[in-house]
Amino acid sequence: MYRTIHYYLNTLYWFWYTGFSSELEYRLNVYVEIFAVIGNLTGSLFVLSMFYSNGSTLGGWTFNNSLTVLSIYTFLEGLTTCFLHPNLSRIVRHVQHGTLDYILLKPIQSQLWLSLRIFSPWGIPSILVGIALLIYSLSRSASLISYMSIFLGIIMLLSSIVILYSLWFILATTSIWFVKVWNATEVLRSLLVAGRYPISAYPSMLRAVFTFLLPIAFLTSVPSEVFIGQSSSFYVFLSILFGCIFLLISIFFWRYALRFYTSASS
Amino acid sequence: MSTEKVSMNIISVDELCKSYRVSVKKPGIAATLSNFLNRQLHVVEAVKRVSFNIDQGEIVGFIGPNGAGKTTTLKMLCGLVHPTSGEVSVSGHRPKERNRDFLQEITLVMGQKQQLIWDLPPLDSFFVNAAVYGLTKCEAKNRIDELAAMLDLDKELTRPVRKLSLGQRMKAELLAALLHRPSVLFLDEPTLGLDVNAQSRVRKFLRQYNKRYGATILLTSHYMGDITSLCSRVLLINEGSLFYDGPLEELTGKLSPYRSVRIELKEPHQKSSFMQYGILEEFDERLVRMLIPRDELTAAITSILNSFPVKDLEICDPPIEELIGNLFQSGIVP
Repeated sequence: MYRTIHYYLNTLYWFWYTGFSSELEYRLNVYVEIFAVIGNLTGSLFVLSMFYSNGSTLGGWTFNNSLTVLSIYTFLEGLTTCFLHPNLSRIVRHVQHGTLDYILLKPIQSQLWLSLRIFSPWGIPSILVGIALLIYSLSRSASLISYMSIFLGIIMLLSSIVILYSLWFILATTSIWFVKVWNATEVLRSLLVAGRYPISAYPSMLRAVFTFLLPIAFLTSVPSEVFIGQSSSFYVFLSILFGCIFLLISIFFWRYALRFYTSASS
Repeated sequence: MSTEKVSMNIISVDELCKSYRVSVKKPGIAATLSNFLNRQLHVVEAVKRVSFNIDQGEIVGFIGPNGAGKTTTLKMLCGLVHPTSGEVSVSGHRPKERNRDFLQEITLVMGQKQQLIWDLPPLDSFFVNAAVYGLTKCEAKNRIDELAAMLDLDKELTRPVRKLSLGQRMKAELLAALLHRPSVLFLDEPTLGLDVNAQSRVRKFLRQYNKRYGATILLTSHYMGDITSLCSRVLLINEGSLFYDGPLEELTGKLSPYRSVRIELKEPHQKSSFMQYGILEEFDERLVRMLIPRDELTAAITSILNSFPVKDLEICDPPIEELIGNLFQSGIVP
């Protein structure tokens, strides 16, 4: 057990160290990225404060509660930048150029390699701001925040990360057959933007789509409701169920897809 | 008895087949739109009932024209591509299962693809591989030092990969691929694009590695120098079918129905006097070089020795490089 844990920690260390070092090779790019991160965050906060400048509400949500949704969105956006985008968008390139061969020949789960190989530091500010915003919005919330709701909220957050990751990985897996699916993965990233605001702010049709067809609601709104103690246990259960189902689908779908891998010709 | 034989075979391939479905598209905008809406697929048989065995420690050349099925076969041996039918066994494992023990024992080097991290020095990539293969830092360092000495790599290990020459990069690729000390090496054109010196360095290294660790090597290459200097046995594949499996020298007889004869004469003679014996390749009054059909060789040589004042006579096979070069160019196996 100890050896296995040590093996994975050591492998992750080398994965992320080399990913980080690669980013620092280009100094100008580092400055541009830092500037972009600050600009993006300032923009998000500015738009939200505009919405609430007259003391109005959005889909029945107060400014503080919407701030919770935004904080979770910002946190997920940071995580996407750190791991999902640099790793999962690379799968398509690996399939197209045939470099997936080298990954499949390594004695490690290929899904793990493809999901965690690169660590891009540009999402860290968003993750930190997301956490800070969450603490700030919860501390100003009108409702009483219990330890239980914080604990369940963290579980919901994990569940939302798993749902987002699994959906993205399933889409990227289709590149084994269709090779170029960049656009599809970009669509998914754009959909995440819809989770920036409370799901109840959208028309009822879109709300149903975002809950049951594309589980955007489970990415930001449901975790926010759980944090502020306003969610029903049905949604908590549904979120965990969706998380488990999507993760299992992503694992089995990847294994199934590899049977059809033909590798790029030399 | 048969069990002993099976245990010696480190690679065993039986009736291996692979077929792909590929889309067919004619040029032009109408054909492009039609192909987008209704894709026409047809089946290509890339590998057809290929069978061979390779013993431990053998270096075998896998040759054939472009598109013959070499790389597809190699990828099936590695477990990357699943066979349509047939059986493959490598070190007692079924490659398509790609289990951990199997992956620890093999490696694949592709001359046209790279696994090194482009922006970082090769050393960083080596340590990533070392971690993935479960080597300790100390083990990894010792192995890197040993292989780097064999490959003549030193300062290159600390320069970003993008700053290395093609030859230096290929040597570093080899080091990355062999760090876990595999016993079966699949090499797909490992000397592609390298200059003569770098090619010879890579060949020398592969010979050393094979001797030191008793590794089995299956090598594809379009440079016949790789094959002639490393492999005593070759597999010749064409259009997906195995055409020849045996010693390199015997292949020459199969590929060429002629032998090359070089005659040095004491006195000058007419060119036309030699035309009856075979195909004249070179003529210079006293020096004749010609190709004579194998089954007419004895009669032709006796007649030449009786009819002309011969100073020196040499009979040899046409160079294998030339024969296989012609084969690669024409894509036709006799």
